[in-house]
Amino acid sequence: MVQLTLPKNSQMRTGKTWPKPEGAKNLRKFQIYRWNPDDGENPRVDTYFVDMDSCGPMILDALIKIKSEIDPTLTFRRSCREGICGSCAMNIDGGNKLACIFGMDEVKGDIKIYPLPHMPVVKDLVPDLTHFYAQHASIKPWLETTTNTPAKEWKQSIEDREKLDGLYECVMCACCSTSCPSYWWNGDRYLGPAALLHAYRWLIDSRDEATGERLDDLHDPFKLYRCHTIMNCAKTCPKGLNPAKAISEIKKMMVERVL
Amino acid sequence: MGFKTDYARVHGSGAAGEGSHHWWSQRVTSVALIPLTLLFIFPFGRALGGGHEAFVATYSNLWHALVAVLFIIATFSHLQQGLQTVIEDYVPNKTQRTAALLANTLLCWAVGVAGVLSVATVLFSA
Repeated sequence: MVQLTLPKNSQMRTGKTWPKPEGAKNLRKFQIYRWNPDDGENPRVDTYFVDMDSCGPMILDALIKIKSEIDPTLTFRRSCREGICGSCAMNIDGGNKLACIFGMDEVKGDIKIYPLPHMPVVKDLVPDLTHFYAQHASIKPWLETTTNTPAKEWKQSIEDREKLDGLYECVMCACCSTSCPSYWWNGDRYLGPAALLHAYRWLIDSRDEATGERLDDLHDPFKLYRCHTIMNCAKTCPKGLNPAKAISEIKKMMVERVL
Repeated sequence: MGFKTDYARVHGSGAAGEGSHHWWSQRVTSVALIPLTLLFIFPFGRALGGGHEAFVATYSNLWHALVAVLFIIATFSHLQQGLQTVIEDYVPNKTQRTAALLANTLLCWAVGVAGVLSVATVLFSA
C-alpha cells in the first residue's frame, strides 16, 4: 500500500533551539526542518527566534536574516525575491508557498517551515527537482511546427493569444505538483499538475502544429489520468493559476478526438 | 540506480494510448446511473417487504426487468472502473497491483452477470 509512515532514517527529531537575539522585544518563533546528508543523522526541527522589529515582512526576509545573523548553515534556494523565479518554494504553515511573496502576517502563531512534500531532500529546505524538470522537458515545452518558418514571425490573433493567459505565468516552482496526492503516490509515472499545465499551454497555442502528437504522448492512464480533480494544485499555486482546469481541458480534448 | 538519464526514466515506455475510453465510460455510467438508480430503487423497495412472490411479480414485468438489468450492468461496470482507478492509485507493488486488478475485473463480472441472470430467470420463468 501507499507509504503513510516515514522510514526510520527519515523520522524527524526535535533539534537545537538557537539563542534569542539580545535586546529584541518583538520576537517570532520559527520551527525549521533541517537535514544534512553528510552527518548521517535523522532530520530534525530547529527552533529560531527572529526580531520582527528589524526584519522585512516576508518569510524569505526572516530566512535570510536567520542565515546571516543566527545560523549560516541553514540551506535554502532563493533568487529573485519577487515571485518570478520560483526558487524559494517550500512548505510554510502546512501549505506550499513561495517564501518571498508569502507574508509572515498570514501565519498565526509559530512559523513552521519544511521542504516541499514528498520529494527527495538535498539539504534542509532544498528538494531534489531533477525528476520534476525532466517531466517538464518530456512534454516538449516549445513551439513545434512543420510549415516552413515564416520570414518574419508566426502570427497569432489577440483572441488566440488570450487563451494562453492563466497558463504562461507558471514559474515552475513545483508547489502544485508536490501538493498533489496523486503525484505523491505515482509521481514516477504521473506527470503532475505543473508539467500538464505546460502541456496544455502548448496544446492550445494556435501557432503549434503538433497538437495531435502532443495528445498522443499524453494519452496514458498514468501520465495524464492520475488527476482526479483534487484541486490542491489550484489551491496552493502562488501565482493563482488553475492547473486542474488545464488538465480537465486536456481530458476534454482527448474525448473530442473520439466523439 | 544505474545510469539511465532522467529524461529516459520519465519517458519510460512512452504513452500507452489508453485512458480516454476508461475516463469517458466512467462519466457515461455515472450519468446513466442517476435515472437508473431512481427507476430501480422504488419498485425494488416496494417488493422488499413482500418476499419472493413480490419480487417475481415485479420482475416478471418486462419494464422493471429491463431497468434492473440496465442498472446492474451500469453499476458493475462503473464499480469495476472505479475500483481499477483506486487500485492504480494506491497499490504501487506490481505483483499486488496486477493481482488486485484481475480480482476486481473477475469479481465485478461474476457478480454483475449473476445479477443479470437472476433477473432473466425471474422474467422468463414467469
